[in-house]
Amino acid sequence: MPKKLIIDGKEIEVADGTTLLQACEQAGSEIPRFCYHERLSIAGNCRMCLVEVEGAPKPIASCAQTVNELRPNPDGSPNVVHTKSETVKKAREGVMEFLLINHPLDCPICDQGGECDLQDQAMAFGIGGSRYHENKRAVEDKYIGPLIKTMMTRCIHCTRCVRFMTEVAGVEELGLISRGEDAEITTYLEKGILSEMSANAVDLCPVGALTHRPWAHNARPWELRKTESIDVMDAVGSNIRVDTRGAEVMRILPRNNDAVNEEWISDKTRHIVDGLRSQRLDQPYVRKDGRLVPASWDEVLDLVAERVKAAGPEKIGVVAGDLTGAEEMFALKELMDALGGRNMDCRGPHEVLDPAAGRAGYVFNTTIDAIDDADAILIIGSNPRHEAAVLNARIRGRWRRGGLQVGLIGVNAPLTYAVTHIGSGIQSLADVADGKHGFAKVLADAKRPMVIVGAGAYGREDGAVVMSLAARIAEAAKKGADEGWAVFNVLHTGAARVAGLDLGFVPGEGGLATAEMVSGGVDVLWLLGADEFDVTALGDTFVIYQGTHGDAGAHRADVILPGAAYTEKSASYANTEGRVQIAARAVFPPGDAKEDWAIIRALSSRVGHTLSYDTLGELRAKMHKAAPVLARIDEPHGGEGEVEAVAKLANQGGMADATAFEPVIPDFYLTNPIARASAVMAELSALNKAANAAGSLNAAE
Amino acid sequence: MLADKDRIFRNIYGFHDSGLDGAKKRGSWDGTKLLIDQGHDWIINEVKASGLRGRGGAGFPTGLKWSFMPKNDPRPSYLVVNADESEPGSCKDREILRHEPHLLIEGMLLASFAMRAHTAFIYFRGEYIRERERFQQAVDEAYAANLIGKGNVHGWDFDIVVHHGGGAYICGEESALIESLEGKKGQPRLKPPFPAGCGLYGAPTTVNNVESIAVVPDILRRGGSWFAGLGKPNNTGTKLFQISGHVEKPCVVEEEMGIPLKELLDKHAGGVRGGWSNLLAVIPGGSSVPCIVADTCEEITMDFDALSKAKSGLGTAGIIVMDKSTDVIKAIARLSYFYKHESCGQCTPCREGCGWMWRVMERMVEGSASKSEIDLLWDVSKQVEGHTICALGDAAAWPVQGLIRNFRPLMEERIDAYHKAHPQAAE
Repeated sequence: MPKKLIIDGKEIEVADGTTLLQACEQAGSEIPRFCYHERLSIAGNCRMCLVEVEGAPKPIASCAQTVNELRPNPDGSPNVVHTKSETVKKAREGVMEFLLINHPLDCPICDQGGECDLQDQAMAFGIGGSRYHENKRAVEDKYIGPLIKTMMTRCIHCTRCVRFMTEVAGVEELGLISRGEDAEITTYLEKGILSEMSANAVDLCPVGALTHRPWAHNARPWELRKTESIDVMDAVGSNIRVDTRGAEVMRILPRNNDAVNEEWISDKTRHIVDGLRSQRLDQPYVRKDGRLVPASWDEVLDLVAERVKAAGPEKIGVVAGDLTGAEEMFALKELMDALGGRNMDCRGPHEVLDPAAGRAGYVFNTTIDAIDDADAILIIGSNPRHEAAVLNARIRGRWRRGGLQVGLIGVNAPLTYAVTHIGSGIQSLADVADGKHGFAKVLADAKRPMVIVGAGAYGREDGAVVMSLAARIAEAAKKGADEGWAVFNVLHTGAARVAGLDLGFVPGEGGLATAEMVSGGVDVLWLLGADEFDVTALGDTFVIYQGTHGDAGAHRADVILPGAAYTEKSASYANTEGRVQIAARAVFPPGDAKEDWAIIRALSSRVGHTLSYDTLGELRAKMHKAAPVLARIDEPHGGEGEVEAVAKLANQGGMADATAFEPVIPDFYLTNPIARASAVMAELSALNKAANAAGSLNAAE
Repeated sequence: MLADKDRIFRNIYGFHDSGLDGAKKRGSWDGTKLLIDQGHDWIINEVKASGLRGRGGAGFPTGLKWSFMPKNDPRPSYLVVNADESEPGSCKDREILRHEPHLLIEGMLLASFAMRAHTAFIYFRGEYIRERERFQQAVDEAYAANLIGKGNVHGWDFDIVVHHGGGAYICGEESALIESLEGKKGQPRLKPPFPAGCGLYGAPTTVNNVESIAVVPDILRRGGSWFAGLGKPNNTGTKLFQISGHVEKPCVVEEEMGIPLKELLDKHAGGVRGGWSNLLAVIPGGSSVPCIVADTCEEITMDFDALSKAKSGLGTAGIIVMDKSTDVIKAIARLSYFYKHESCGQCTPCREGCGWMWRVMERMVEGSASKSEIDLLWDVSKQVEGHTICALGDAAAWPVQGLIRNFRPLMEERIDAYHKAHPQAAE
């Protein structure tokens, strides 16, 4: 039942359960706050949001009180709320003064300066001077890992960081110890926080108590140019903001998108920044006498053209990597088509995902947003905490609200929520499909079930059997599900994968797949940012590496074509849901490196099959014509054609392999060339390895 | 003066056997089944009729509090007895726990039955080790005699869980107590929701003081009207007064509500040390209420309404008497230190304000402050009061306010004297 209120003389009707603070915002009255955050539980401890309600004896903390809890006026008239009265002003000034008495006024040397809530609100709601003549409190700084720099004297005890860690990240490693003015935020043992989401706590810190260690004191926020872009570290497609100064990326921050990443990003997404600077390929190279030597673009392109022509279409292969944009994949595919080559693949070795089954057969149909409504989830061969950390936080958020059952087939890793571990291999999957395991009933009874298949399952040699069993489970679960609810989900690990499949960047008829191409099946192999395989099996294949970092592929390459990283080009990425988003260019590629589509375009003229576009816009228009789904910007696939696609998958078959599903990500922090070039990621990786060895990496429970 | 026949705590001095046999001789556990047979609502109505107001300090009507408990809730209901008696000046609950445990156990059974609770928790102050042992003994006796427990003689399954706290003042605040009982850090919860709606383990819960529960059996046996006939209107019944400080014979004594303070001190505590004229001030209700000066003490009666009219409060009726040898500024500064030490640190005004007030108070003791800081102190105390999650902020602010209201000239005198003695400091 909507409730009427009079806020600052303005009559307003708000929905049931609205907090007073939200109601005030709706009425256009701004309420200052420190501890309150929309995505965390309510603490009500900063007392900055006090408002006056007529009839109430004391000012009320508006964040913590719903409008329904207000005492009704005896005559039934709507409650009258003041947010600008003298009482409220005094209360706010009082709280502000208390917050500042022990807060060091070291704004000039504080990294939070310029984006500090305390600074802003002190300006807006505080009084000019201080009446405090005692000594200020000093608190020892804590070591809480390589990502978070602490200056605990600045802490105002809002506990946002504690609540984030406990509630969203699912790692109870941060807490408030001691009492009264001695209270301190700490990790108790001063060990680094073992969470892949930890740096978000820094964003939440309203003051400079927690700041980002990797880019500490590097830049002031007002010096930075901000570019809104898309992350490619995993297939979630988190929305990010790339802050740059001059030619350098200084930091990456999350951008709000309720449908994808809310306002969180993983530590890898954020602190990859130094990896964008080191190990870069900034000029073309050719291998001469076993050594890579710098060369000019003309030289390398001529060499590549010559080799390509010499090899002939049957003996050329192209493999696209996880970070590749749709545009360059499209250009390369067009070139291959023109050459008559059929050996191309955008998938990892043995991955069975096939665009022929329809798009619903290889995307996350339920959508990430709809996880909030799910009531049963079966995870097959996946560790979402490592493969899609932000998505995992969504599942945890849903689980915390209660009424969600999660089943897991695969490695029983700590996922930050309780799971029923059904088994570790294909036999357990068959049990659920045949209704022999109790979880089959959970899925059958569920109104909004989800089946999530991870790369640990579909990336095996028997992936087709796994997919058909998963599809059968999804088919059965769909029967009892709500109308229009999509059940079948594929969780990708590579940001490029869905767009690659959309473009049909898979072997043509009789063409070779990744596994064959990278084991000597072709004479000339073009790696488009592909590094995630064993390069030792390449034999004497002539390897062209087009990419950004001196990683595995580049080390083995005979020719290196330096390309642009995701922050240096405008490129389309379809996330695991099939949501197409466009990354923007924040800086230019370093040195002689070029945007990838332009390299392919330049080469095409040298092999006599000039591609028909001169600008990215023309390319994109042509690509949208060839793959219309890629023109549907920011729309998830959303289960279109799911029934047919799943039926097709269910009919596959083959030989099953009884071994357990293996994790596809052995090390969360080192999954791609950029991450492997980052010193911060290396440090995190070492920290986690040490902690794992000590057996202290625990789940939330 | 309270007649012996109207005494509820007949063994408060511990002269007699506090065990089950002794308690039965004094009338405990007599016809308890008959009381229970009268039904849940009868008990609540009798307690309402008695006019009993909570003995923990706030004075909220107990019967009314009980009636807030939901009647048809699928969740279990709980009674929690607050034996975290930590208020400086208060020492009544320990006497009940040591010498009259069966009054409390019987009260817990009756109150739990009235609120449809099958389990009652009692939360002991950390320092009350012997008290807990004694009470546990009594609980064991009651279990052995099948007075409580599953399938007991009263026909209402009932268990008592004795819980020993860690010794933090804040855990006496009901919602912090619940948090602590749940095994969490003792920090007050936001209200609403109130415990009656969502308390211990998310279930409907009523938290009552030890004394409030211990008087229930007698109220029910003798009738609410008997209790209501004692004391003054709206301040009915008997009360345990705890008299400490500069009196000849400090004591805990049961008396009628509304007894004049002077009579109470003279009759039971042997009078103020050095005679009534030597009285400086009295803190009438435990450390958290403002003090009252000797002139006020002359006429004041000890009940909720009269004391709140005098800008103080009855609190727990822990009367701290200070004669003229007292440095009252120092006394209040010590209380400020206590509140600074016991603040949980959760919300801003209390966490920061208590320390600030204490530091200024310390300088007031010495006199090394400026006179304008008295106004500052007043201002700070007003910024704390009413802006916090729980009442600890108020409790920290009131003694300071009481001091300034009543002894401002003394504070100024002290400052003047200091500056005279330290002329250079005045610049």
